[in-house]
Amino acid sequence: MVDGVINASAADEEPGRTRPGVPAFIRLWLGGWPLAQLALYLGTLLVFIWLGRNLLANMARLGLTPGFAFMGHTANYEIGESFIAYAAGDSYARAALVGLLNTIAVSALGCLVATGLGVSLGIARLSPNPLISRLVQAYVELLRNTPLLLQLFAWNTVIHLLPVPKQALSPLPGILLSNRGLFLPAIDTGGHGLPMLAVVSASLIATWAILRRRRRLAGPSPRRVVALAYLAALSVPLAVAAGFGIAFTPDIPALKGFNIRGGASMTPEFAALMLGLAVNASASIAETVRAGILAIPNGQWEAARSLGLRPLAVMRLVILPQALRIIIPVMTSSYLSLTKNSSLAVAIGFPDLVSILNTTANVSGQALEVIALMLGAYLTLSLATSAVMNAYNRSHVLRSERR
Amino acid sequence: MSTLRPPSLLDRSPFLKATVGSGGNLILSVAVLIVAALLAPPLIRWLLIDATFTGTAESCKAASGACWAFVGEKLKFIVLGFYPQDQASRAYAASALLMALLALSAAPRLWGRWLAGGWIAGLLAAIWMLGGGGPLSPIPTEKWGGLPVTLLLSLGSFVLAFPLAILLALARRSKLGGIRLYAVVLIETVRGVPFIAILYAATLLFPLMLPAGAAIDKFARAAVALSIFVSAYLAEIIRAGLQAVPSGQAEAAASLGLTQWQTLRLVVLPQALKQVIAPIVNLAVGIFQDTTLVAIIGMFDLLNAARAAATDPNWIGFYAEAYVFAAAIYFAFCFVAARYSLWLERHLRTP
Repeated sequence: MVDGVINASAADEEPGRTRPGVPAFIRLWLGGWPLAQLALYLGTLLVFIWLGRNLLANMARLGLTPGFAFMGHTANYEIGESFIAYAAGDSYARAALVGLLNTIAVSALGCLVATGLGVSLGIARLSPNPLISRLVQAYVELLRNTPLLLQLFAWNTVIHLLPVPKQALSPLPGILLSNRGLFLPAIDTGGHGLPMLAVVSASLIATWAILRRRRRLAGPSPRRVVALAYLAALSVPLAVAAGFGIAFTPDIPALKGFNIRGGASMTPEFAALMLGLAVNASASIAETVRAGILAIPNGQWEAARSLGLRPLAVMRLVILPQALRIIIPVMTSSYLSLTKNSSLAVAIGFPDLVSILNTTANVSGQALEVIALMLGAYLTLSLATSAVMNAYNRSHVLRSERR
Repeated sequence: MSTLRPPSLLDRSPFLKATVGSGGNLILSVAVLIVAALLAPPLIRWLLIDATFTGTAESCKAASGACWAFVGEKLKFIVLGFYPQDQASRAYAASALLMALLALSAAPRLWGRWLAGGWIAGLLAAIWMLGGGGPLSPIPTEKWGGLPVTLLLSLGSFVLAFPLAILLALARRSKLGGIRLYAVVLIETVRGVPFIAILYAATLLFPLMLPAGAAIDKFARAAVALSIFVSAYLAEIIRAGLQAVPSGQAEAAASLGLTQWQTLRLVVLPQALKQVIAPIVNLAVGIFQDTTLVAIIGMFDLLNAARAAATDPNWIGFYAEAYVFAAAIYFAFCFVAARYSLWLERHLRTP
C-alpha cells in the first residue's frame, strides 16, 4: 500500500497517464493484466463456493448446524487441570477458555525460564574456559539436533520415573520432586493471592515508571533512593493488606499421608511440557545471545576496558545494550515458536488449547468452526507477542537511534 | 631476572592457561569436573557396563542397566513400523534410494535440472516401491512406517513445497495488490499457527469439504499439510534471497533483451537461491524433526514406531532405550546436515 501511495503522487505529476479518482486508485491497486487477475479472483471464489457447498451438504447429512452456537452446549468431558473452575457439564466455550489459559500459562512460564537459562548459557558459551564453552556447545548441539517431540517424551518419562511422594527428592529444602509433580514453597494469603499479586505488580510497575521519568528529567537517582523506592513499593501494599487482616503464612509443601500437600505445585504433565519447551528454546536463545555479543566490534570492549570499567560493568553497560538490538528481534521469534510448540502438549496429555479443541471437534463434529477458533487463537497470540516485543524494541532498544 | 626463568607449563599450554590460569577459571573448571564426575559414571554404567546386550525381557529386568537386547529384537519394527516383514526389502530399497539422492544433492557440482528431475523420479520410485503396483503387491499407506515414512514425508514435502514457495515469494513481491494479498495472508497465517493446527485442519477439514464419498488418504493429507507448512517458511527465505539481488542485475538482463521470465529464471533466481542455501538446509533440518508430529494424528514415523515398540506386551516399558536409539538416529542426520550447512556457507562465499 505504501508503494501505491508513492506511485500515486508520482503519477499525478505525469498528466495524461493517470487521472486521480476511483478508477485510478483501482488500477493502481490492481496493476496490470486486469483480465487475468479477474479470472484468478473469480476462480478462487468458485473453488470456495464449491468447497462451501460440499461442506454444507456434508454437515446437513451429519445433522450438524453450521455456526458457533454449539460452543454454548455442554461439554461432557473432564479436563485434567485448570486455572478456573471447570467440570464436565460446563459449556464448550468454557472448556476452550480453560485450554487457552493453560496454553498461556505454560508458554509464559516457559519463556521466562528459557530466557534466564538461555542468556546465562549464551554468555557461558563465550567463556575463555574451554571446559565451560565446550559443555554449553554440546548441550546446544544435542538439543538442536533432536526433535522437540522426542525431548518432550523423554521429559515425560523422566518425570514419571521420579520416586513416589513418600521418597520425594528434595534438591533444596522446601522443593519436592516426585512422580505426582513438582512442589515449591509458596505464601498462603487465604485465597487473596491473585488480587495481591496484581496490586503488588501494579505498584512495582508504577514505581519503575516514576523512576524512569525522573531519570529522564533529572538524571539517574542515587542507588539508595532507587532501592528504598522499590522496597516501599513492595512493602506498603503488603502492610496495608496485613492491616486489613490478611495473614501471610509460609506454605511449605510436606508429605501428608500418601501425597504431598501445600505449597505451589505443578502437575507432572505441566512440568514436563514447561521444562521441555524451556530447555529446547534455551538452546536457540543461547546461540542468539552468543551471536549478538560476538557481533559487537572489539573496539567497544577495548574502549570500555580502557575507561577502567570492570568486566561485569563492561558487559552490562556497553556490550549488552548494543547486543540487545540484534538479540531482541530474534528472541521474539524464539518466544513465538515456544508458544506455538506448546501445542505439542497433546502428545503428553497436557490439556492445552489444541488438545481441548481437538476433543471438542471429535465430540461435537463441528470441525470447521473449531479449526477456525484454533487458527484465530494462535494468530491472536502470535500477533500479541510480536506487538509487545516490537513495542519493547522501539521503546528500549532503538531509543538511542531515534535521537 | 624474569627473562632467565624457564617458561612455566601455563605459558606453554593455552588450554591449561584458560582452564586453571586464574582463580575464577580454576573454580569454574573444578565445578565442571565435579558435575561431570557425578553424572558420567551412572550414565556410562547404564549405557554400557550394566546394560544387557543379548537376552530376553526377563534378563533385562534383572539387570540395572539399559536393555539393548530390546532394540536388537525390535530393530525391524522401529525402522519399518507395521510394514509387512516379508516385503521389508522394498522399504529398505526405498530408504536407500532417498538417502542416496540426499547424498548426491550435497555436492554443489551436481546442482542443476538433472538433479531436480532425479528428485521427482526418485520420489515417485520410492512411493512405488513402498506402495506397490505392477509386479509389486500393493501395500496400503496405513501399513507404512518407520524411517521410510520420515524420509518420504520430509523430503517429499520439501520437493513439493519448492515450486509453491518460489511462486509465493514472487507473489509477495508482486506489484499486483490482490496477488500480494493472497501471498501475505497464506504465508502469515501458516507461520502464525502451530504445525499441529495445520495438520488437524488437513485431517479434519478435507473429509468435510470434499463431495460425499470422495476420500483422501491420511498419508497424502499429512504430506499436503506439511508441504503447505514448508512452503510458507521457504517462501520467506527465498524472498530474503530475492531482496538481496541488486536491482541492477534485473535491469542489465532486461537491457540485454531478455524477457521477464528469462530474467527471472536465468539471472535473478539463481543468484537469489545461492544466497539462501544455508538457511534452506537449516529449514530442512527443522522440517525433518517436525515430521515427528504426524505421530499425533496416529501415523507411525520413526519416533512413533520406536515409542510403539516399547508398548509390545513382551517388551513393555523400555521407553528410555527406544528414545535413546531414536534420538541417536535423528542426531546423526541433523548433526551431519548442520555441519554441511556450515561448510556450504563457507564454500559458497565466493566473490
